[in-house]
Amino acid sequence: MSAEFQERIEAGIKIEPKDEMPEGYRNTLIRQISQHAHSEIVGQLPEGNWITRAPTLKRKAILLAKVQDEAGHGLYLYAAVETLGVTREQTIQDLLSGKAKYSSIFNYPTLTWADIGAIGWLVDGAAIINQIPICRCSYGPYARAMVRICKEETFHQRQGFEIMLTLARGTPEQKAMAQDALNRWWWPSLMMHGPPDADSKHSAQSMAWKIKLFSNDELRQKFVDQIAPQADFLGLKIPDPDLKWNPERGHYDFGPIDWNEFYSVIQGNGPCNRERLQARIDAHRQGAWVRDAAAAYAAKQRAKARVA
Amino acid sequence: MSEWPLWEVFIRSMHGLAHKHVGSLHAPDAEMAIRNARDVYTRRNEGVSIWVVRSSDITASSPGDKEALFEPANSKVYRHPTFYEVPDEVENL
Repeated sequence: MSAEFQERIEAGIKIEPKDEMPEGYRNTLIRQISQHAHSEIVGQLPEGNWITRAPTLKRKAILLAKVQDEAGHGLYLYAAVETLGVTREQTIQDLLSGKAKYSSIFNYPTLTWADIGAIGWLVDGAAIINQIPICRCSYGPYARAMVRICKEETFHQRQGFEIMLTLARGTPEQKAMAQDALNRWWWPSLMMHGPPDADSKHSAQSMAWKIKLFSNDELRQKFVDQIAPQADFLGLKIPDPDLKWNPERGHYDFGPIDWNEFYSVIQGNGPCNRERLQARIDAHRQGAWVRDAAAAYAAKQRAKARVA
Repeated sequence: MSEWPLWEVFIRSMHGLAHKHVGSLHAPDAEMAIRNARDVYTRRNEGVSIWVVRSSDITASSPGDKEALFEPANSKVYRHPTFYEVPDEVENL
């Protein structure tokens, strides 16, 4: 089947849930899509931290809508995982038990309002760059979920940039707050594209299967090239002394990334790992009675309908 | 607790168009499935009407039957108007 399958991938014919697929392809998708779904869900937490403290009613309404979008994105992706033959309950258990990972960026804290701007601008900006190619990936349900998500992410990035712009044009204290947020979120955002190509163990096979269309380093370069002029426009300084335009390459050069930090956060030693996971465990446990009550009500209504 | 059933969601995006499959979700019953579909799939005016169907009630053709089902139509090119030659002088045909 493997050669036949690969031919189909090369021909650009999408794979759908009932089609035959190699176990490795299925498992890679389950790992990647569930990790992606968990990231959307856990990603609500750092932003949810500021809903009650948003500076104006307008900002609060916008932030609520954004966090609600993240929940929606998680649900589109959970549904895509389910088409591969894993139950929703199992997928969620894997997050709560710590077996499944989520994007390590969400293990950093949101200390000031400017962090909400920096997350939208940088974190959602990096996510968009990673996600746009996935709209064309070989697995139909994943590609379709990504089309919806990418449409909505653009609002997220723009609202973040607008927060940064407002702060950057505000009082010296507000501008300093924006700079501080950029300082803290810059390097973790660069890590969102994943380890360097040389160390990325799944990349080659994922590219052959067209689950991944660009390498981590290509995506990272694209991100830096987009963000650097935007930071100039804001009058903020990216915290990298090596960052400069390279006319020969036609790209920005940038300094080395501290991958030890990346691996340490993935292994659970980021500033908020424990807090994030505990928040999900508590939410799941505290919601149990709602799930049970809704199921009991539905069962009762079905029984009534049978009698009548 | 047993898992809530899975529902397939179909949305009519504009009056005059057909309902189109947009995705799926879990809900305890049809009424909750509609409410959840409103929140998950129509946050930006994507619809004017929602259908939900339990996934287990859908019968799908199998990918293995693709040839038996769809190949017979391949040879019947005369079903398309482009199969017929029309002289240039003839109009309105």
